[in-house]
Amino acid sequence: MRYPSLKLRRVIPRSLKQWFSKLAKGNEIFLTLSLFTSLFLLLFYPPSLYAQQNQQDRVGCYGDTIVVGSIGEPITLVPILAADSASQQIVGLVFNGLVKYDKDINLIGDLAEKWEISDDGLELTFYLRKGVKWQDEVLFKARDVLFTYQELIGPQTKTPYSGDFKKVKDFSIIDDYTIKISYAEPFAPALASWGMPIMPAHLLNSEEDFKKFSRQPIGTGPYKFIQWETGSRIVLEAYDDYWEGRPYIDRYIYCIIPDQSTLFLELRNRGLDYIGLTPLQYQRQTETEFFSRNFRKYKYPSFGYTYIGWNLNNPKFKDKRVRQAINYAIDKAELIKGVLLGLGKVCSGPFVPNSWAYDPEVKPAAYNPQKAEELLAVAGWNEKNKAGFLVKDNQQFEFTLLTNQGNEGRRKCAEIIQQRLKEVGIKVNIKIVEWGCFLDIIDKRRFEAVLLGWGLSRDPDCYDIFHSSKTRPKEFNFVSYKNEKVDKLLEQGRRVFSVGERKRFYHQIHRLIYADQPYTFLYVPDALPIINARFRGIEPSVNGIGYNFIKWWVAEEEQRYKLQE
Amino acid sequence: MGFGHWDLFRVIRNSTMLLYFFKRLFNLVPLLLGITIISFAVIHLAPGRPAYLKEMDPRISLEAQERLMKLYDLDKPLLKQYLNWLKRVVRLDFGNSFVDGRKVIVRLRERLPITLLINILAMGLIIGIALPVGIISALKPGGLFDKWTTFFVFLGFSLPAFWLALLLMLLLGIKLNWLPISGLRSFDHHQLSFWGRNLDLLKHLILPVSVAAFGGLAGFSRYVRGNMIGVLKQDYIRAAYAQGIDKKRVVYKYALKNALLPLITILGLSIPGLIGGSIIFESIFAIPGMGRLLYNSTMARDYPVIMGGLVIGAVLTLLGNLLADLCYAWADPRIRYE
Repeated sequence: MRYPSLKLRRVIPRSLKQWFSKLAKGNEIFLTLSLFTSLFLLLFYPPSLYAQQNQQDRVGCYGDTIVVGSIGEPITLVPILAADSASQQIVGLVFNGLVKYDKDINLIGDLAEKWEISDDGLELTFYLRKGVKWQDEVLFKARDVLFTYQELIGPQTKTPYSGDFKKVKDFSIIDDYTIKISYAEPFAPALASWGMPIMPAHLLNSEEDFKKFSRQPIGTGPYKFIQWETGSRIVLEAYDDYWEGRPYIDRYIYCIIPDQSTLFLELRNRGLDYIGLTPLQYQRQTETEFFSRNFRKYKYPSFGYTYIGWNLNNPKFKDKRVRQAINYAIDKAELIKGVLLGLGKVCSGPFVPNSWAYDPEVKPAAYNPQKAEELLAVAGWNEKNKAGFLVKDNQQFEFTLLTNQGNEGRRKCAEIIQQRLKEVGIKVNIKIVEWGCFLDIIDKRRFEAVLLGWGLSRDPDCYDIFHSSKTRPKEFNFVSYKNEKVDKLLEQGRRVFSVGERKRFYHQIHRLIYADQPYTFLYVPDALPIINARFRGIEPSVNGIGYNFIKWWVAEEEQRYKLQE
Repeated sequence: MGFGHWDLFRVIRNSTMLLYFFKRLFNLVPLLLGITIISFAVIHLAPGRPAYLKEMDPRISLEAQERLMKLYDLDKPLLKQYLNWLKRVVRLDFGNSFVDGRKVIVRLRERLPITLLINILAMGLIIGIALPVGIISALKPGGLFDKWTTFFVFLGFSLPAFWLALLLMLLLGIKLNWLPISGLRSFDHHQLSFWGRNLDLLKHLILPVSVAAFGGLAGFSRYVRGNMIGVLKQDYIRAAYAQGIDKKRVVYKYALKNALLPLITILGLSIPGLIGGSIIFESIFAIPGMGRLLYNSTMARDYPVIMGGLVIGAVLTLLGNLLADLCYAWADPRIRYE
């Protein structure tokens, strides 16, 4: 095993019972005495203890381990191949990109100290941070960025992320710490794309297809990779020479527990420090004294939304009025209450409320079944058959709502929608399909309507989802949305770099897409992390809580796991 | 049992027997080939496509997706894909996983030991409990012991494993704090002493093995009970009693041996099950076993891994059958192969 000189010891006994049995075994008098002394101290010196705590609040303490529980197991730790969220979570701790998002979702320098964008928007010059060391003590230099870029566009690399980097026209190294990247046309998301974690050229030049590296990565990040027990856990350890300063928490253990109930029981047993809760667990199962004493819950909007996508090539959904009618007929507040137990926000367009691209002027339509029926009548659906469903040209208004298996929320959502649409005379059949098949159906466009969610990156560019050129099989405008105005705005939005200017374009896009209703936007669910109360320094922001992880810490007397010499 | 290993040796040395053995072994080859053709066709014709991400990611471009398909050879005709696969498998190369690019054989090998360990322990526990339960029930069918054990084993058979597992975790893990809830090793496992490590592993294994065994008790104990009742009614048993042979000797020596014969077949058939694992309790107990690997691979359409798992399973099933037949010949002198 690769544990050089460090040992892990559980400091706080697992339960009172064990603690008492230890007490009974020996040192009885000493322990009892110390117990009484501490009680005495607690009773008579609260102010001094409090002051000490306050002081530590400012300073921060090194030590302890955070045990994170997750359902998914990372697939690979090669940054340019890591596409799943579990892999990205670990990669994010071991590596750095050139840029990153701060707590207000502004791009700031990471491995790049600063950058310049030429006036025509065609050239990006990055000035790299000096003195940054890879975890094997070699200096980070421009050749590492070049290497990462070359791998991203290499024909043999199985990366899904080559798209943004294929747009690079020329990549040149000016000196060890300056690189210049030019594009054939201005491309605003390019800057954010350089948040791609950078890989070490000196280690990988000789290694083919990264077999070893994918399970033993070395990066520039705050944590060093130690060990990966397949299917069980990944262990990381603080990197002492991290350029931003060593992280406070010594060790990061990522536990893989594929069952949500077991995950919760382990948390309840205090075997885990940090998991994501389901709405039910957040609202009902953690509302106990035990949890409020030992854990802190957080809640903030996630970067994603759930929607119904209409196949716009289907004659029923070609008519904008029909889509608008359905938007009126679905009660989003009810969905949020029923499916998310209130833990979410109504969604009014392709951006989340936390993003600068979101136009707060767009007000989501209130639930109004009368208006829905009026609109449907105008669209020609004005007769009802015996069963109470709308009829046009002897055809009943009936469609299949497709969603993927394994997502309880989406299933419930579909059922509530089915009920609401029945009330305005539309028959909905729900079809739940396993994910691999589901993708196949979407690829081949053999659906009428899908209930699905998008997880979004921090940049609002949604060219791939709504531009009319992206409707080929396997591309992401699978609803076949076409609007020339939106196309133009999407193109303009990626051509300028200034946030102020882009904001104008994206606010317009937001309004146009909402009016067109290619999707019926439903809700933005909240992220619901729960973290052991001993961790301090957690500051929720619009960018979630993870952005300042290296500043989290545990007061010395509360530390649970100790690294022993 | 009364047979020494010399008897086995004699049986194998018997030339008709040896010939029979090789004939059977030779027959397995076309059978195995047929199994791979059908499996390959079925998993490739099933709808869906390789997808290791659980959600859509708009950053993945069409060109990148098509390049991946090409690198995986998925753009070639099915027959060509199969022949390529077969060519590699003959050299015992199962290819690389689509999901993480690692060798299929490595991925299977790292999952196999724990699945084998749990299944063999569970099997041992099942035999250890079901055998005496079956025999004693058979001595007095309909008696109090028989009734209670019947109730108990069928309770185990009918309770959903995941539900039982969760209840036991709640009771033994959280309320009483006797056993760990999930996984195989504690965080401090690597720094424990040799015995400490084994104890740690043992503690982690108690719940999964018990849950796995509880569900399997019913079948096995019923078999033993049924066979035993049948044998006890045979004439030769009555004759033994008539000769005044001690009851214990009659039951445990003459009756039991004959009652156990059909179990050879059952054990032989359970060999492939030993590597199969179970998605349900491996997920609940967070055990990195074969069940989880094969399930996830199927969901991701990771064809090389699925095929690897299927081939190994098929080989073991066929070998298990053959082994059962051989053991039968060895244990039952009435059976001889021509």
